[in-house]
Amino acid sequence: MMASSYNAKEEDGHHSGSSTHGGTGAAKNKKPDNTAFKQQRLPAWQPILTAGTVLPAFFVIGLLFIPIGIGLYVTSNNIKEYEIDYTGVEPNTPCYDCANSFTWNSTTSCVCTVNFTLVQPFESNVYMYYGLSNFYQNHRRYVKSRDDSQLNGVQSSLTNPSKECEPYRTNPETKLPIAPCGAIANSLFNDTLELYYNHPDGNMTKVNLVKKGIAWYTDKHVKFRNPGNEKDNFTERFKGTAKPVNWMKPVYELDPLDPENNGFINEDFIVWMRTAALPTFRKLYRIIQKKPDSAPTLPSGRYFLNVTYNYPVRSFDGRKRMILSTISWMGGKNPFLGIAYITVGSICFFLGVVLLIIHHKYDTRSNSADIPN
Amino acid sequence: MCFVTAEKERRVKANAREYNEKFSYANNHIKTSKYNVFTFLPINLFEQFQRVANAYFVVLLILQLIPEISSLSWFTTIVPLVLVLVITAVKDATDDYFRHKSDRQVNNRQSQVLITGSLQKEKWMNVRVGDIIQLENNQFVAADILLLCSSEPYGLCYIETAELDGETNLKVRQALSVTSDLGDVSKLMDFDGEVICEPPNNKLDKFTGTLHWRDNKYSLDNEKMLLRGCVLRNTEWCFGMVIFAGLQTKLMQNCGRTKFKRTSIDKLMNTLVLWIFAFLICMGVVLAIGNTIWETCVGRKFELFLPWDEFQSSAVFSGFLTFWSYIIILNTVVPISLYVSVEVLRLSHSFFINWDQKMYHNQSDTPAEARTTTLNEELGQVEFIFSDKTGTLTQNIMAFSKCSINGQTYGDVYDEFNQKVEITEKTECVDFSFNPLCDKAFKFYDCSLVEAVKQQESAAQDFFRLLALCHTVMPEEKSEGNLVYQAQSPDEGALVTAARNFGFIFRARTPETITLCERGRAATYDLLAILDFNNVRKRMSVIVRNPQGQIKLYCKGADTIIFDRLDPSSEDLMYATSEHLSEFAGEGLRTLALAYKDLSKEYYQVWQKKLHYVSTVIENREEQLAALYEEIEQGMKLLGATAIEDKLQEGVQETIACLNLADIKIWVLTGDKLETAMSIGYSCNMLRDDMDEVFVISGLTQLEVQQQLRNAKENILGLRRLSSTADVQKGDVFAEDSVFEETIISEYALVINGHSLAHALEPQLEHTLLDLACLCKTVICCRVTPMQKAQVVELVRRHKMAVTLAVGDGANDVSMIKTAHIGVGISGQEGMQAVLASDYSFAQFRYLQRLLLVHGRWSYFRMCNFLAYFFYKNFAFTLVHFWYGFFCGFSAQTVYDQWFITLFNIVYTSLPVLAMGLFDQDVNDQNSLRYPSLYKPGQQNLLFNKRQFFLCTLQGMVTSFLLFFIPYGAFSVMLKDDGSDFSDQQAFAVTIATTLVIVVSVQIGLDTHYWTAVNHLFMWGSLIVYFAILFAMQSDGLFGIFPSNFPFIGTARNCLSEKSVWLVILLTTVVCILPGLVVSFLRIDLFPTLTDKIRHLQQSRKKQRPQEQNLRRVRRTSSRRSAYAFSHQQGYGELITSGKNMRVSTLSSSRSLERIAQSSSWIENILKRKNEVSAEPAESHKADRLK
Repeated sequence: MMASSYNAKEEDGHHSGSSTHGGTGAAKNKKPDNTAFKQQRLPAWQPILTAGTVLPAFFVIGLLFIPIGIGLYVTSNNIKEYEIDYTGVEPNTPCYDCANSFTWNSTTSCVCTVNFTLVQPFESNVYMYYGLSNFYQNHRRYVKSRDDSQLNGVQSSLTNPSKECEPYRTNPETKLPIAPCGAIANSLFNDTLELYYNHPDGNMTKVNLVKKGIAWYTDKHVKFRNPGNEKDNFTERFKGTAKPVNWMKPVYELDPLDPENNGFINEDFIVWMRTAALPTFRKLYRIIQKKPDSAPTLPSGRYFLNVTYNYPVRSFDGRKRMILSTISWMGGKNPFLGIAYITVGSICFFLGVVLLIIHHKYDTRSNSADIPN
Repeated sequence: MCFVTAEKERRVKANAREYNEKFSYANNHIKTSKYNVFTFLPINLFEQFQRVANAYFVVLLILQLIPEISSLSWFTTIVPLVLVLVITAVKDATDDYFRHKSDRQVNNRQSQVLITGSLQKEKWMNVRVGDIIQLENNQFVAADILLLCSSEPYGLCYIETAELDGETNLKVRQALSVTSDLGDVSKLMDFDGEVICEPPNNKLDKFTGTLHWRDNKYSLDNEKMLLRGCVLRNTEWCFGMVIFAGLQTKLMQNCGRTKFKRTSIDKLMNTLVLWIFAFLICMGVVLAIGNTIWETCVGRKFELFLPWDEFQSSAVFSGFLTFWSYIIILNTVVPISLYVSVEVLRLSHSFFINWDQKMYHNQSDTPAEARTTTLNEELGQVEFIFSDKTGTLTQNIMAFSKCSINGQTYGDVYDEFNQKVEITEKTECVDFSFNPLCDKAFKFYDCSLVEAVKQQESAAQDFFRLLALCHTVMPEEKSEGNLVYQAQSPDEGALVTAARNFGFIFRARTPETITLCERGRAATYDLLAILDFNNVRKRMSVIVRNPQGQIKLYCKGADTIIFDRLDPSSEDLMYATSEHLSEFAGEGLRTLALAYKDLSKEYYQVWQKKLHYVSTVIENREEQLAALYEEIEQGMKLLGATAIEDKLQEGVQETIACLNLADIKIWVLTGDKLETAMSIGYSCNMLRDDMDEVFVISGLTQLEVQQQLRNAKENILGLRRLSSTADVQKGDVFAEDSVFEETIISEYALVINGHSLAHALEPQLEHTLLDLACLCKTVICCRVTPMQKAQVVELVRRHKMAVTLAVGDGANDVSMIKTAHIGVGISGQEGMQAVLASDYSFAQFRYLQRLLLVHGRWSYFRMCNFLAYFFYKNFAFTLVHFWYGFFCGFSAQTVYDQWFITLFNIVYTSLPVLAMGLFDQDVNDQNSLRYPSLYKPGQQNLLFNKRQFFLCTLQGMVTSFLLFFIPYGAFSVMLKDDGSDFSDQQAFAVTIATTLVIVVSVQIGLDTHYWTAVNHLFMWGSLIVYFAILFAMQSDGLFGIFPSNFPFIGTARNCLSEKSVWLVILLTTVVCILPGLVVSFLRIDLFPTLTDKIRHLQQSRKKQRPQEQNLRRVRRTSSRRSAYAFSHQQGYGELITSGKNMRVSTLSSSRSLERIAQSSSWIENILKRKNEVSAEPAESHKADRLK
């Protein structure tokens, strides 16, 4: 049998099914290549979690995080911030009347004045924000209700906005396309805030609020573009469109005095269009530039905030705030990061100590003696 | 495949294509491929969408197209889906291409077909039913054909059926006598017989039909059929008529669809995906309820700025829509790329198996082959191995290794200090160059035997003369000096080959004579009688008249049988030889004793007359013959004994020892006899003398078997109860089985016989059998049929919840290979059937060790880490949306950019985890083999199970929580350093997305144990690609082209240039990673697993070169006598003396023809008997073992 089984392979060796061996090169040796890859011998770094590597990591993280945290916390605490709620919910607050008497179709705007006192002077640039609470700028239907093409000045989108803008796509009466379309644009924050400083001598001076430079550069220069020809006037460029339902004036009249801040590239509009991630948010409203002399930008003392109350929030329990803040290298006043860093750093350090104790007390790793063969 | 519905019977007429075409039988074209160029796309897509996962994503896609629901753009689903479909389609197409290639190769084989009066070459695929084709020696049979005539007398022909049933011994087929003289083209042309037979079926051993020819009917059976897949042997040519062709041949009908095998990880994965799906729905419901409440309390009032859609009649309806929206955005917890990634991993693991040089067998030029690519990690979880014996554990090569001649042993090699030398590859073998006719492959190491033969020692000469004469081997001398022996059993072949090399060359035989070439001189012996072997006699003898005219009887057989029949003068020699035999047996060799007897002419003539008389009686002929043989085989003189090594394959002992250490139980299932099986058991250390007890179950009736099983079990349990009385609890012995099972210390072995097994596998006994078998360290089942092999595997598979692996090399192992979770085929000598049915194949049993302990373990380890990480990653990624839901009015607003969602799984994080799944190694291969215990976690399912799943999803959830709430805390008042507000959605999205990518990258870095250059490349590459794509997607240019698709313009620039953002990212990363790090550090430090220890060891030893694995070779201490080993079946004795199987040319003309005429009925007996043997191999030998 053994002889016969040898010559059995001579003739035709394999059955058809075995031709997956790759058949043709009969003379070729089927020995696999001896490469590090095929033999799974690629050179490799094989790190192991040992006390020697893990424990120092904990200490390093601890020692790194605690100072960072302290730095952040101190920086944050040095930032001066003043916040005032002018919604007018309580009956004896200045804007209570305005808030209550609000109707959409009133032609005259309601103005209310809130006065407040800054105890400490605000040095360097001061930034003025408006804050909204309980305002769901991040609701899916709200977020998608815009047409970026239109805002980018694409002519076809101007006259034929995206369906996403419904129900603010076309004016229900005139059937004209709305520019800018959508719920976001429609709900543009339109309170006007003015700040007056009450000098100790009784004089009132209006604080100069700069309204340019509040939007991101990319938004202002790339993302938002006015439609049509540069040379045409704005009325021409937005011809054939209707203003958003809630707006009192069309988009090309947002800042008639400054063509660089009018239409879609109006910075207040751009800031509003950058929807907030959370229902409570603040948006930059104006910048109060530092004066060239060494006087504080906002000296301590009494101030009046003049509010042209246009924006209704009471129906959904929203709140409106005005915030004045200075800025540091890490942004605005935010104790969270500092505290978090200090906490995490301390925990790391503490864990490092605990693990070190555990490691020394209960270390069961021994040499290879107890490895069963 | 067969479109002829319900073919009741088949009518085929020879040489009549037109007539046969009426029935539209399948032609000989074979098609296993599934597609062609045009049908590929529709069929493949149809198949792919039948998969639940793909269908699920299509449903999602449809949901996304509904604007009211759509919370994500369509491309977030379609891009991954298309990618997945394309990868799968490419894989299917390649598979099919290879099937096409193999089909084409088979279909284009040449065969000789009789067409219009002459033989013409024709491709296989053009052969039609009813054609008459000619086959030549060593050709494959092209279709199922009816044998008409052959070059051999009586229309005999020989075939090898290895491809069909795995048996390598030759089988005889005989044509009908009426057609056997058609052996010429013109006669065949006129042949117009019509065959009416059964329709195509898959029964290999059955065929019924009738041939109608010249107004006569002849019945046809399987003995006249040559089936496709057989090979013609020892027959110059034959003609046959095609009955079944192509897909209707029995071979093809047998290639049923193999059962689709799934791994336990697969099943677990499916369960988990269902759970995740349920979890997804729960989240959807929670968020939908949240939405309803929110819309009622807040949303209604907020209508001032955000009016409800027209169709949105109520808050509840809004909740309902939100549910679907959330299903869409949260769908990434069921990752679409999971299945594809898993398949890619398995495929590559298979390639690593194919590429492994250490599983490549040089001699046969066979690399290991992973034939299925879906089972790899299951290789790391095997608990039971079922192994065939012949050809799997053993090489199925018998080697003449030692002998004892006249009280002197030969075969061991001694050095100058008279110390026995271990025989290795390097040991110098005896130089047989003095003998021009020697077999080059024969190896012998002891020179003293050659010297003995050369010095004309009569005993040594007689010894080899006997070996050269007393056998039923057929010689074939293809060219001068090129001798090939056709032996019916490998033992005989080995003995005759030994004699040949020692100068007693068996050269030719006729029915009457045997021609030897004795040390250069031709010597012709008259063959007077062959006293054939059978299982009762356990010996065979020949009676010859030597050239000197002396009549001699030469006998070889089992030692016990021979020793009983010796002349008293041999008594001393008998004791000496007996001692040698014990020694041989102790080494696991198969022994035979040899004896001779001088016969006087008178005595022989008397005996011959009796023989002649007896062979003509009809009643009790067998018994009377036996008695007659017994009579003459008395008073023989002992010559010596031979020891044949049933060579174990290389490294079998070590492999078994190693696998045992890995807690893998090895059961041997063999068709061999009890004695042979046990002898192999001893020689590969599965049975040892120091075992407490070896239970042999060989009961005949159910009751007996039951009793034996019970006794054995009580024996085991009872004994241990005595040995450890202190901690044995009171109670029923049997109730505590499970407790004991695990803690067994004593070693037992179970050997069970085929017919006992048949009873033990009955439903009422199978549990007892299984319990007992699991208590034993070694289980050997012998005399089992292929069906029983499968039943045993099935039994374990069903009741033990363990992964089973079956390894075998022959067609008789196919059933068990298909039944087991994993089938491994040894591509040995017994054809390709086992390999074709198997999932993995290689050349040597010892590679199993590497396949399981290295490749299996790695695959399992990698797959588990991969899955754990994958689920973690997707939970961390997706659940952020859930937390965000509470802050955006449950409106299904996504946190991330849509492009990020699209690309996260397929671009940003797919490659590092793939690299880990491909290359990770906790412990290198040497150590994996060195410490087999490393394999155990796989068997216990420790690396990935439901608990691990919960842990990794929990980690994912915590990560997502931190990922959301730390930025939330920071972003509540976030300002840029130029004072502009910064808490907008897009900045929030970019921050969280960047953090997420960094966190999961750091996590995979911690999870990776083996950092190759590829890991580095993928890891850093992914991060770089993330930032590159991030900035590209948010660049002015892209926005300029598609303003509505890339609204995130400039966010990355503005956001990532902020120091505070990086502080947030750093903080979040550290907080997300720390808990996992602490836990894994504590685990490694306080409760190190074996793996951890060995990794540690491995690292500290890095400087030293890894030592070669060195499992001590345990020397066998067995004193057992493998008393008997011999061929399984009755020999060819009758065929030889009848001269039926000889070529006419070699026959010594007239004399033998007479004898043929006399004994023409013999051949039918033989054929009948052989048929019985091959049909029921298990049954035929029952009798002898019972005695």
